[in-house]
Amino acid sequence: MKIWHILTREILHRWRGFASGIFAVVIAVGSLTGALTLLKLHDLQTQKILNEKEEETEKKMAVLKDEMRKATLKLMFNLLILPKQQDIRDLHMKGYPSEYMPEEYVTRLANSGIIVVRHFLPSLQQRIKWPEKNRTITLIGTRGEVPNLHKDPRKPLVQPVLPGTIVLGYGLHYSLGLHTGDKVKLLGREFTVHKCHEERGSKDDYTAWIHLSQAQELLDKQGLINAILALECICEGVEDLLEKVREEIRRILPETQVIEMGTKAIARAEARAKVGQEAELAVERERRHRTQMRSEREFFAAVLVPLVIVACAVWIGLLAFNNVRDRKVEIGIQRAIGFRAGQIMFLFLSKFLIMGLLGGFLGIFAGLGLGRWLAIVLEDDMEGIATAGELFNPGLFLLCLITAPMLAVISGWLPTIFAIRQDPADVLREE
Amino acid sequence: MVEFKNVTKIFNGPKGKVTALDKVSLSVQPGEFLAVCGPSGCGKTTLLLAAGGLMRPSNGQVNLDGSDPYGMSPEMRSKMRARMIGFVFQQFHLIPYLTVRQNILAPSLALPTKEADQRARELISRFGLDDRAGHVPAQISTGQRQRTALARALLNKPKIILADEPTGNLDERNANIVLGYLSQYVAEGGCALLVTHDTRTAAHSTRSLKMSQGRLLE
Repeated sequence: MKIWHILTREILHRWRGFASGIFAVVIAVGSLTGALTLLKLHDLQTQKILNEKEEETEKKMAVLKDEMRKATLKLMFNLLILPKQQDIRDLHMKGYPSEYMPEEYVTRLANSGIIVVRHFLPSLQQRIKWPEKNRTITLIGTRGEVPNLHKDPRKPLVQPVLPGTIVLGYGLHYSLGLHTGDKVKLLGREFTVHKCHEERGSKDDYTAWIHLSQAQELLDKQGLINAILALECICEGVEDLLEKVREEIRRILPETQVIEMGTKAIARAEARAKVGQEAELAVERERRHRTQMRSEREFFAAVLVPLVIVACAVWIGLLAFNNVRDRKVEIGIQRAIGFRAGQIMFLFLSKFLIMGLLGGFLGIFAGLGLGRWLAIVLEDDMEGIATAGELFNPGLFLLCLITAPMLAVISGWLPTIFAIRQDPADVLREE
Repeated sequence: MVEFKNVTKIFNGPKGKVTALDKVSLSVQPGEFLAVCGPSGCGKTTLLLAAGGLMRPSNGQVNLDGSDPYGMSPEMRSKMRARMIGFVFQQFHLIPYLTVRQNILAPSLALPTKEADQRARELISRFGLDDRAGHVPAQISTGQRQRTALARALLNKPKIILADEPTGNLDERNANIVLGYLSQYVAEGGCALLVTHDTRTAAHSTRSLKMSQGRLLE
């Protein structure tokens, strides 16, 4: 017979106490591995959420970028070419230019070979009194776009106003009860209403457009214009485009100045950047939220797990004391027949070692299950986040298989010392 | 074999000091079966435990085979007990989860020998326990339990058997069987020190002493 026989027979004989001890170790190890598994799943879930958010942001940004490209491609930059002597403050205050330049400038530009502008729209603008209707309006004479002869011919962006026709802003046609096809007199000349604009919420609502030549006649400004709209300036880069265009136009028309009209492109670029920043902020907010959540869980685990481990250690200690008490006579007789203290110690500590090994082994898997279950309860979408195999950590497994028996042996150490120190004579005399 | 020289054992009880052994002197030699008879509480068990190296006397000297067990380290004392002494108790004190055979073999863990298994088989056969060898103590009769305890005591071929009321829980037939085995062991060259309150047991001994209030009376 070997001492192992006594050990195994005793374990089988008092299996309830032994099972209870294993259960205590399972709880201790399970709480530790459960907490670590939960934190690991939290990290994986965080990574998944952030990846999804980043992917979503990237997609959103790609769509915005594409929209921006299309938008800027369509809008490009609109610039206003004015006579050099035009006071810009005066322009902004009055709402229209007050200085004039030859209409021939448009033709010169169109024939110049300028490459950054597609279309030119000459106009003559003036604030006038509409005597027939007793209104003050902005009258704009335009002849339609002059294409850049050196660029690919494109469909005109603005339809020309035909001679003898008038286009009315919303505020004018609505208040005057005018409709398309109506006849109306302006400065003594009759015009047919060609188009009535929708409400724009700008000075356009109180503007009337007629053909440039008729406007020149009515305003007595033959051969003159006071603005050229340069449309579809090629938008390769937002930053220094304006300066490039200015330089080129200044070279061709030294008696002019150029101001920017098309701010939409910049606004959209800024909007896009802002959306991008917002998306990044959203990702950052989510990251902070998840980090905070992790800290809370970490704190909870840091408090709870040691408490559980200590409670389990006390539990094992009490079970061990109970075991020693039950085996008092047995130990006494073993000492009487010559068992050495080391052999008694071996019998007890081996039992705790086996208890720790079995408990540790089972506790790891219990902890994996517990952590996974908790994660499913606490997190929203854990589908396919990690399989049990992926969660299994060999290092942790090894650590638990070492520390769990240590925990059990340490917990049972005092009762074991108590067992080997008890005087067999006292026990046998009492019995 | 066992020699007591003016051995005194005093306990500190709740009501003051109690003298369990009062200047006891005796000697038990091989081939001798000494029965010490006395009422409960007269110090019989204390005498037996002191003889077995389990209870250090307050005064006096105990010699076992010429050595003072209390002058040895606990480890050496354990070895000496395993080698020289066999204990038999009134309550049998068998290990409840070991079979009869394993209980008999238990002392071999303290003093491993190659012939332990053979010796256990012989003892099982000799004590009529063959059909109970695989049973645990709860499954056998009291007489069989005491025979198992005696077989366990004899496994390592001890020089002395120390028996504390070995027949106290047995009927007359089983008591006679156990005492017969003890007599046989003594006849084979062993020696036995038996303490009992039953004076009939003394009939099987080669010598008997009476004990009262910790003192031996001739």
